[in-house]
Amino acid sequence: MNTVIFRTVAPFLTALMTLFSIFVLLRGHNEPGGGFIGGLIAVSAFAIYGIAYGVAGVRRALHVHPMSIAASGLLLAVASVLPSLFLGQPTMTSQWLEFSLFGTHIALSTPMFFDIGVYLVVVGAITSIALSLEERESD
Amino acid sequence: MSLEKTSVDIAAAMITDPTAAKDWLLVTPTLLTMLGGAIALITRKNVRLQPWIGITALALVFCANIALLNHVLNDGVVTMVMGSWLPPFGIAFTADPMGAMFATFASLVALCTGIYAAGSIRPEERRYGFYPFLLMLLCGVSGAFLTGDIFNLYVWFEVLLISSFGLLVLGNKKRQIDGAVKYSLLNLLGTTLFLLATALLYGLVGTLNMADIAMKAAHLENQGPLMGVALLFFLAFAMKAAAFPVNFWLPASYHTPRIVVSAVFAGLLTKVGVYALLRVLLLLLPAGHNWMNTLITLVAILTMLTGVMGALAQTDVRRTIGYLVITGIGSMLAGLAVASEWAVTGAIMYAVHSMIAMTGMFFVFGYIGKLQGTFSLREMGGMYRRSPILAAVSLVLLFAAAGLPPFSGFWPKVLLVEGALDKGMGWLAGVVLLTSILSIICVGRLWIYVFLRGGSQSIADGTMVALPQEKQKLPATVWLSVFPIVLMVVYIGLQPDAVMSFAHKGALTLLDPSAYVESVFGVAP
Repeated sequence: MNTVIFRTVAPFLTALMTLFSIFVLLRGHNEPGGGFIGGLIAVSAFAIYGIAYGVAGVRRALHVHPMSIAASGLLLAVASVLPSLFLGQPTMTSQWLEFSLFGTHIALSTPMFFDIGVYLVVVGAITSIALSLEERESD
Repeated sequence: MSLEKTSVDIAAAMITDPTAAKDWLLVTPTLLTMLGGAIALITRKNVRLQPWIGITALALVFCANIALLNHVLNDGVVTMVMGSWLPPFGIAFTADPMGAMFATFASLVALCTGIYAAGSIRPEERRYGFYPFLLMLLCGVSGAFLTGDIFNLYVWFEVLLISSFGLLVLGNKKRQIDGAVKYSLLNLLGTTLFLLATALLYGLVGTLNMADIAMKAAHLENQGPLMGVALLFFLAFAMKAAAFPVNFWLPASYHTPRIVVSAVFAGLLTKVGVYALLRVLLLLLPAGHNWMNTLITLVAILTMLTGVMGALAQTDVRRTIGYLVITGIGSMLAGLAVASEWAVTGAIMYAVHSMIAMTGMFFVFGYIGKLQGTFSLREMGGMYRRSPILAAVSLVLLFAAAGLPPFSGFWPKVLLVEGALDKGMGWLAGVVLLTSILSIICVGRLWIYVFLRGGSQSIADGTMVALPQEKQKLPATVWLSVFPIVLMVVYIGLQPDAVMSFAHKGALTLLDPSAYVESVFGVAP
């Protein structure tokens, strides 16, 4: 798969798909989507990059090890269930922070951060699996 | 989408009363293990830091479990529903005395494993993630013991299974892959059956909350399909618990991983199966339990007998201990079969005893095996001279496993025999006793070969010695991991009151679900 066309298109495709995965992640609160499916889309993006530039290229582009991404996602997900402790509510009770920024209404919530945690866990874990599978094939 | 606040009465769907901070103890074991696991995973390259992170997290979990146990002791069954949704729609975490006690001992076992592993797991295996896997295993086990929702129980089973796969192949030996394949195949099959049974149960009663199922299943008009569901649950959990005849995965896989992994598996995994059996068959589907009582009794008897005979026939120490684990499972199933107040108390106590004693035995014999370079009973020997203290410790553990007084295995057996006799199941009591006698032969043989015999098989007892003579000083990690366990074994043997009264409370909650239901729904059924 080392054609010039593919190698030229792959970075743009990866960027576009990563952007789309974040869109799917954020719309997941009220509409179809969410952290899991968003994460899978992001992993497909990295896989395309990996096919074009090899596993080493993906690892360079990611900067951190995929397993560390997964672990930080788990940390974020666990942290997002904790705030309700201080408000005398059961675990995972959602907390909202709503404010206006330059006339745009912004609603931040703990379920959103939980979902971002899920996204990162999926991205980290599946990327890690995909990369080690591709690595075996290439050597 | 309108963003204005709506004026809906949320009290109809959500919990509005404030939750006491101490109720958070219910989720602390799972949250702490997840946090610790994530931190250990991020820092896994730093192999010297790994044990400290792992042991600190495990120690915190143990403390949290003690606090939870205390909370349950003072305030009865504790429930917290995720996300403030009212049960049965919110996923409930419910700690009854049995669940809290199992969770506490499981974290003790995991803590000791973490300490033992600090001295026995090689740096590269730490890099492959021993401590993250151990923490996530405990996360799954604690979640399974504390959840009050049957589908959630399935999820925790998955969590602990996936972590156990990781632990099993640590070391990358060919033999380990072989063991892991057998283990994972059988366990995946069991989990699938569990999921099927859960789906069927949901179809019948329309709820997944355990307290709700306990109420609705009893009033179901057509009880027939429930019997099938109960049978499926029994098969699925019997696989997990390593009951005869679906237990061949255990001896085929427990001797392949690192000894410390075998230890934590022997302590925790089969007991989760036993826990699920007690929970589902006694609390949720007592009618199903009554219907297949004969079957359970038969399985219990065969598990006990095949287990102890397997233990007698083996020459590999690790396999022998694996079979002793199975024998213990048979005894717990005997308690389930009798299902009287004191027999269930005995089964719960036996599970607690088995958790600590079996883990301790793997620790001790794992260390001896490492010293001698072999796990074959034919070639081991002469350990008494090298370490009398180790001989004493393993005698305590072996006696406990055989059910001899004054150690932790004795009281549960007394309760089981008494319970069986009270119910007129004298022959079941007879099998329990016969198993004990055969176990004594088995552990006696083990101890004599490993400690008293001068060297390997051909060497006459104590006269000629082919093995090194010098005294062996135990490393600190072995001391710190084995002695808490041995102390606990002796303590339960000499002072069984505390554990027994707690197990009794657990048994009463199982047999009469009203306290459990009241804790979840706030009203008695």
